[in-house]
Formats: sequence, structure tokens, C-alpha cells
Amino acid sequence: MKENVASIAAPATIETRPAATTTPGFLIRTRPALLALVVPVVFIVFWQLAVVYGHSRLIPPPSEVAVMMWDFAFGGIWDDAFSRTLHLHLLMSMSRVYGGFLLACAAGIPLGLLIGRVRLIRQLLDPVLQILRPIPVTAWLPLSMIIFGLGGTSAFSLVFLGAFYPVLLNTIFGVRNVDPKLFEAAAMLGCKGSSIFRRVVLPAALPSIFTGLRLGLGFAWVVIVVGEMTGVPQGLGAVIMDARTLSRTDLVICGMIVIGIAGFLSDKAITWLNRRLLRWNPQHT
Amino acid sequence: MTKPAFRLLEIEHLSKEFDLDGARIQALRDVNLFINKGEFICLIGASGCGKSTLLRIVAGFETATSGSAKVRGKAVMEPGPDRGMVFQDYALFPWLSVRDNIAFGPVERGVERAEIREKVEKFIDVVGLRKFAGAYPHQLSGGMKQRVAIARVLANDADIVLMDEPFGALDALTRERLQEELLDIWQRTGLTVIFVTHSIEEAIFLADRVVVMTPGPGKIESDNPIDLPRPRDVSSPEFNDLRRMLGAKLHSHHGRRAA
Repeated sequence: MKENVASIAAPATIETRPAATTTPGFLIRTRPALLALVVPVVFIVFWQLAVVYGHSRLIPPPSEVAVMMWDFAFGGIWDDAFSRTLHLHLLMSMSRVYGGFLLACAAGIPLGLLIGRVRLIRQLLDPVLQILRPIPVTAWLPLSMIIFGLGGTSAFSLVFLGAFYPVLLNTIFGVRNVDPKLFEAAAMLGCKGSSIFRRVVLPAALPSIFTGLRLGLGFAWVVIVVGEMTGVPQGLGAVIMDARTLSRTDLVICGMIVIGIAGFLSDKAITWLNRRLLRWNPQHT
Repeated sequence: MTKPAFRLLEIEHLSKEFDLDGARIQALRDVNLFINKGEFICLIGASGCGKSTLLRIVAGFETATSGSAKVRGKAVMEPGPDRGMVFQDYALFPWLSVRDNIAFGPVERGVERAEIREKVEKFIDVVGLRKFAGAYPHQLSGGMKQRVAIARVLANDADIVLMDEPFGALDALTRERLQEELLDIWQRTGLTVIFVTHSIEEAIFLADRVVVMTPGPGKIESDNPIDLPRPRDVSSPEFNDLRRMLGAKLHSHHGRRAA
């Protein structure tokens, strides 16, 4: 969709170069961004009005959240335990999200390739995985705390679990769904053995593997709050939990917003990588 | 007709049976066919006559139940680069550009880089895709995709080209163009072509010999040399006589089965 907009916008900007800021070309180019802002702006206005005129003491207005966010990020307003700690919590959460995610990839992709390709391994592992898969990550929480104890490892292991299944299942799906004609085409061109794997299976499965990466990374961000509920001192999930017990709702909302933005940027990065690597794919995202 | 009569392909007493829901289906029964180097053979017949199965056995994708298919005296056991296949639905590698699709076979066989490049560029020109050399398959029309598929097989030094209704999915105009281009390539390179089609006209236009097959079970009904001079005129009376004659052979089994 983005590309359609770009191709419409391109000729328009060339024709109207001298006064770019006031011409329709500019409008067309910034239209997606403007449209994306409509709902948040309306929502924030509604939220502010609702709190002010609804006399609610339970939910802070967006203005207070904004002040809290500033203090959380740069300090100088409340000067408490949370002032100017955003970067610490964010980095800690990111290291868990990306660490768990990368570990999930390191395990999920090779395992998925093997399960998809080797019948024996599929017959050995598939039934077990089918039973483990529906168990939600949150249900693993108590067990994970018993095994890994309170702390970072527990959070890490939950993030790993959350990202593992999407990566694994999409890799298996990609490998299992290679067009059989391509195997014949490769065979008649003299391709056999491990070469088939490298030159046919892997590239053919790549779009599906990327779908798995995208879902897995998204899930890793979802799981991080649960993972950091296990009593870790730092991390965005820990901030939300601590703020909840302190009834600092403004801080809870700040934590939510940071997770949302970080997850969004992560997804953008992986989509960008996808677009660069899979230019050949007609339905690339 | 001055081609050296070297028997490149020998198919002897070849039969093929399938199991379909427990029932035994005989797809081919006692097929005998000899093809000389440089010949252009068309296999023609109604669907279910086993013409594609026969081609797939020669390609090595399927094995015969009894009898043999030999290339240069050696029994076909598996697919190999000496027998290039052109599929009806192209089967190009979607993640490779036109250039890399054509280079696939030579790269696999470890041909030297410079030689691969030279070969690829040559066959890009042979099939007239110079402007699209860097394009991906999804950006090409059906006719262009089939040109790539042909070039891919040629660049791999296949000496038998097996074509399974290669132009079946193309529009009439593109089909005619590609038929002429294929003949041109065939005449310049001395390839041996086995071409499966269900179009009588296409078979007469292309082939040195038209092999008519009939179904239930699949077998060779007749082997018909086409002695018309090339390029062939599809509207000439001789062409029409052949069309009528082959049409009658093709439909002969219908009467028998209805009786």
C-alpha cells in the first residue's frame, strides 16, 4: 500500500517542485502520516475532557501522563526513584526481548527446517509440539520461577517461549509448502542432496520464516511484561508492576506507551529487512 | 532428412501401473519408441493417454513398472541435466532473477564463473530477454517465463529437451511466436525435442514425427513422419490433409470404447 502512495506521489512532486509545501503533492505524501494521527489525537482530547469533566481521580489526564513521561525520561520534575530511568528499563527489557527472540530464532529455525524436511524427526517431535503449543506462556510462569528462580532468567525464558512457537511453526510451514514442481525443476537441472536444501528449500521457505520472525518478535514484546512480573528489579514490565503497587497510574500508562512504541519500531525494522531481502516476493509486506 | 541417425533414446516394452484407491490403473502398456539425435518428436493424445507419464519417465521423475527407457544406451534411473524439462506452469525459481534462473544448472555443476556468465548472456539473447535479465519471475508475462524456462534448460547443455504442453497456458498469438522461436532454436542447436501437446495443429507444425497415443490403457497408436518442408504453412492443403488424417487416428478409439 505504501508503494502505491509513493508511485502516485512521485510524478506530482516533480511537476510542482518550486512550492512543494503548499501543493497537493505534499498533501499526498504526508496524507498517511496525517491520517494515522487522527484517531490518537481525537482519543487524547476525549481522554483529557473525560477526566477533567468526569472528575475521575482514578485515571490521570494525558497532560499528567506527559509530565510523568518527561520525568521518567529526563528527570528534573519529581526526582524520585523513577526519574530519569527510562533508558535503563528500556535497555533491560530490550536485551530480554531481543535475547529471548534471537535464542528462539537460533532454536526455532534449524529445528523447523529439520522437522519440515526429515520425516523421522517430524514423527518424533510433531505430536509433542502440538500438545505443548496450546499452553499459554503465562501458564509456564510458576514452573519457570521454580526452575529458574526469581529474576531475569525466568523473564528471559518466558520471552523465549513466547517467540519460539511462531518462529518454529512458520518455518515448518514454509518448508512443507515448497511447490513440488520446484524440486523437479531443480532435479532436472542436476541439483541433488544437500544442495536442494540450500538452493531450493531455504529460499522458498524464507517468506514464511520471515512471517514467523515478525510474529515471534511481536509476541516477545507481549510477553515481556509477564516475564518481568517474576520479581526483576529493572525492565518496563517491572516498572508497570511497581507503579501499580504504588498506585502510580500515570507511570503505568508511561510504561505501556514505551512498550507500544518499542514494539512498533521493532516490527518496522523487521519489515524493512523483509522488504530488502525478499524483493522477489510478489506479496512482500 | 540428412540427420545422422544416432539412436539417442530407446523406449522398449515400457509399462506403467498406478495404484489408485486400491485399484490398479494401467497408464502405459508396452510402449516402444526410438528417437534419433536431433529429431523433433511430438506426443499427442487425449488426456489420460499417458503422454505426460511417458515424458516424466524419460525425465526420471517416475519409474516404469516394467520395460526400460534408455538414453545413450543407459537406463534412466533419476532426473539428470542431460534431459531438460520445460513445464507447462514454468516452475521458475521465484527468488532468482531471469539471469540467475538461467545460471542455476551451470552453477550447480560447478562450471567456471566466467563461462557461466558467457553462457547465461548468450541464452538471454537467444530467447530475446535482454531487457528483462534482472527481472524476477513475477514481473514477467507467461510467454517470457516460458522463454526463461527454455533458456534455463539450454544453458545447462541438455541434449534432450522434454516439453510438457509448454505453450498450453499461453494465448494464441504468444503461442505462435514461441513455436517459431523454438523451431529456430532447435534448428540452430541440433537439440532433440520431445514435445507433449494435445493440439494436432501444433504437432504438425513442429514435429519431424507425430506419435499418436490412445488411452485406456495408454499406448502408441501410430508413429507418423511429417515430411512437409519447413517453415510449414498451416493453411496449405497438405497440412490440412495431415490434420484430418491425424484427427481420425486420434479419435479412432472413441468409437471402439462406445461400442
